[in-house]
Amino acid sequence: MIAFLVTAGFAFLIYLVLTAGSGTIGLWSQVELIAGGVISLIVAAISRNYFCRMGDYRMANPLRWVILGFYAVIPFFIEMAHANIDVAYRVITGRIRPGIVKLSPGLKTDFGVLLLANSITLTPGTLTVGIDEETNDLYVHMINIGMGAEKKELFEPKDVFSLFQFPEWIRRIAE
Amino acid sequence: MTDIWFVAVAVLGALIVLTMVRLLAGPTAPDRVVALDTVNTLTVASMIVLSVAYGQTVFVDVAIVYALLSFVGTLYVAKYLGGEMSA
Amino acid sequence: MIADTIIMVCLGIGLLFNALGVLGILRFPDVYTRLHAETKTTTFGTIFISLAVIVYGATRIMQGETAMYLSLSVHTFIALVALAFTNATGAHAIARAAHRSGQVPKPAVVDRLQEVRE
Repeated sequence: MIAFLVTAGFAFLIYLVLTAGSGTIGLWSQVELIAGGVISLIVAAISRNYFCRMGDYRMANPLRWVILGFYAVIPFFIEMAHANIDVAYRVITGRIRPGIVKLSPGLKTDFGVLLLANSITLTPGTLTVGIDEETNDLYVHMINIGMGAEKKELFEPKDVFSLFQFPEWIRRIAE
Repeated sequence: MTDIWFVAVAVLGALIVLTMVRLLAGPTAPDRVVALDTVNTLTVASMIVLSVAYGQTVFVDVAIVYALLSFVGTLYVAKYLGGEMSA
Repeated sequence: MIADTIIMVCLGIGLLFNALGVLGILRFPDVYTRLHAETKTTTFGTIFISLAVIVYGATRIMQGETAMYLSLSVHTFIALVALAFTNATGAHAIARAAHRSGQVPKPAVVDRLQEVRE
């Protein structure tokens, strides 16, 4: 029942954002509000078992979404700009030394691992290739491994990220 | 002021044609999938710019649906390439 | 006038990074390095193109044409979020599929995933 309500609320929120500016009750017209309510109930009835699969409702807390927004705008965006200048440099000079290494971030929830894998993919010189589903270790393709660093068995997060420690941020968001 | 949007669309179109070179030449199937993914992203970008150029908000809705559906397509092809299709 | 300059700069940065991404796809030697170029630069470039559109919509809202340009800005923002999320996840899926189908990273110095598979 909680899963149904959470899914319906989330779907209704997305519908409201998509139809903003259609009328006079706040920003919405009466027809859109009624249609949105009906459609989000139908969607929730169909997809509640996929959306809340783990029986884990900590992402229903709005504070976590605020932190996620802050994380996406400031540390993540700076790292992304850094990543793009780095890739532009390597495209032009062609100076690469790639390899696949193992990274142990120590995150527990699925959503956290998803966020970290996507963050890794969009930040300097790294691309997630695989996940060990038992220990949540990530296999990361790095475009430029430092000399001699390839002998290390297990990479720590601080070997990969330079400016910000993403696992700390993601622990605050998703755990 | 409206001209720069059409210039941007023209540049994006030229980039899509350039990506097609990799799509046709790419030695292996994953290379072609990467090129296809790039074409999808550039198409979404040009749809967003076109919606401003023509003043039609509907084009952005098409871009959202295109982005989500092309993602499903990429996942499907990736599953097939990885040999994980059950059927 | 300032808004026009911001729009031009955002569009320019976006197109530049998209062009660099395409160049990277044509230049890099194997599928993983091409994925590096593709995901990062085209996502970043498209984010900047969308920012140009959002700034344009915001200036039109300030001039008093609310309804249409509000939905233009909001929908562009949603497209942006959807694109950033799906691009990263799609790149992850392609990389995994490429590795499963037996593509080795060609000039690689180390491959821990291959060692686990064997």
